[in-house]
Amino acid sequence: MKITTSEIEYVAHLARLSFDPSEIESFTRQLNDILVYVSKLEELDTSRVKPTTHALQLTNALRKDEVRPSLPVEKILSNAPEREEGRFVVPKII
Amino acid sequence: MPILIDLSIHELHDILSRRDVSAVEITKAYLNRIDEVDPKIRAYLTVTADKALAQAEDADRRLKKADAVTPLTGIPMGIKDVICTKGVRTTCGSKILENFVPPYNATIMEKLEAHGAIMLGKLNMDEFAMGSSTENSAYHPTHNPWDIERTPGGSSGGSAASVASRTCAGSLGSDTGGSIRQPASYCGVVGLKPTYGRVSRFGLVAFASSLDQIGPISRDVTDCALLLNAISGHDYRDSTSVSRNMPDYTDSLTPGLKNYTLGIPKEYFISGLDPDVEKSVKHAISALESHGAEVVEVSLPHTEYAVATYYIIAPAEASSNLFRYDGVKYGLRVSDYKNLMDMYIKTRSQGFGPEVKRRIMIGTYSLSAGYYSAYYKKASQVRTLITRDFKKAFEKCDVLAAPVAPTAAFRLGEKIDNPLQMYLSDIFTIPVNLAGIPGISVPCGLTSKGLPIGLQLMAGHFEEAKLLTVAYNMELALGRCEKWPIP
Repeated sequence: MKITTSEIEYVAHLARLSFDPSEIESFTRQLNDILVYVSKLEELDTSRVKPTTHALQLTNALRKDEVRPSLPVEKILSNAPEREEGRFVVPKII
Repeated sequence: MPILIDLSIHELHDILSRRDVSAVEITKAYLNRIDEVDPKIRAYLTVTADKALAQAEDADRRLKKADAVTPLTGIPMGIKDVICTKGVRTTCGSKILENFVPPYNATIMEKLEAHGAIMLGKLNMDEFAMGSSTENSAYHPTHNPWDIERTPGGSSGGSAASVASRTCAGSLGSDTGGSIRQPASYCGVVGLKPTYGRVSRFGLVAFASSLDQIGPISRDVTDCALLLNAISGHDYRDSTSVSRNMPDYTDSLTPGLKNYTLGIPKEYFISGLDPDVEKSVKHAISALESHGAEVVEVSLPHTEYAVATYYIIAPAEASSNLFRYDGVKYGLRVSDYKNLMDMYIKTRSQGFGPEVKRRIMIGTYSLSAGYYSAYYKKASQVRTLITRDFKKAFEKCDVLAAPVAPTAAFRLGEKIDNPLQMYLSDIFTIPVNLAGIPGISVPCGLTSKGLPIGLQLMAGHFEEAKLLTVAYNMELALGRCEKWPIP
């Protein structure tokens, strides 16, 4: 097995997700299948190959530092589950 | 009077320009068509009838004064629900965005509005564009108009099924690993993924940012060129969009393929390729040869590694992009939680469907401490090898020709319980996204069961014009699809 149930639980926490026990089991199996499949890449020697993070050779997409109109606060907040006095509201942290 | 819904965009433009028909009449014909057939096909998530009719009245005013009329003025379109539309709900096929109403338009929506195009509504898709069958939509699956027991493909299944069932004149989709080309192929319509950077992604909800690209789905190649003209170009709000001269893509719709070399990648004709698909694709290639193209065999040796590469890179980028759905700024927030962490976890666990969770998990795992080199870095290196394969191939040919998918449309439910099998249906479309090159799917025949088959054409960066020339010649050689899947 490439990945264990306890690793799945750890990764779920990193991803801010939770699963019930039957889901954990099926996710472990499915993720394991996928990880076994992708380990196919180990067949290739890439020690001298530069990684590609972007399909085009773009560098420094600069633009003029100009003030442009932006959306009003009320519009931005209009989709927020909870808002108050021009701010997003979150559960108490401290 | 022709049947309005049977006409292509350029044919509609001709009769609109002559004032034989109004944009309101065309829009009403489409709204009736949606009422009539969409309950069976389910391509739409939202129909914006009132907005469409108001836009049609505006278009008619422009047409009457012959003021700023373009080939898209008065043309009713459908938009994949991953593209932000100001004031119109944009769900991405997800419950987490069920009530999300964007306060702004994607750049391409501004462009379409400037043309006077009409939006009929928002089209169904796999949740966050993750899937190959539209079965991962949190709302309902979409059905293939050629056989309603089958999938229209995905993730832009609604965009392809709506064009094929004539519930819009043309549509926009997005393609991260084949999500425009594969459904276009399954539904017998034309679908183009432009070069990465050709079309602005501003307002396209992000899945895998280094791979995503918006593109058109249409009845024929001429419509494809018209739509590409309208949506291409640099945008200061998308720093990965490219400023580069934009040709008029309709100039590339010329007969004859003299001086064109067509490369046939041998790795795309493997065991597992459906014999009907192989026969049709080879027939299309010989038709192109008879129109003057020279045909050579080429090799893309790393093709077999593309799916593995993609299923590391795309989930890694997705896991990062989808962290924004945390129940704070927009989207779902569960009502019952103990504290902030609990709110995050419950909101995300209830809001996302299984495939999205699967990909977030793969991505989070591959980016987590200790695994970066083995997975993400390795995949990014193989991505370089796949890109080099294409560069080498394009030294020998102008355009590559191959199948879009190993089979025609599969049955709904057939692959939903086996994620890896589903991923492998994208084997021929994924390499194009990894290399950032353009690709198009053009209908090239039917299987013995009467299901559409697509020919995929691929070209170098920013060579969409070449794709359109070859695709146009294929349409001339084989004829446009005259049989409609449902009357």
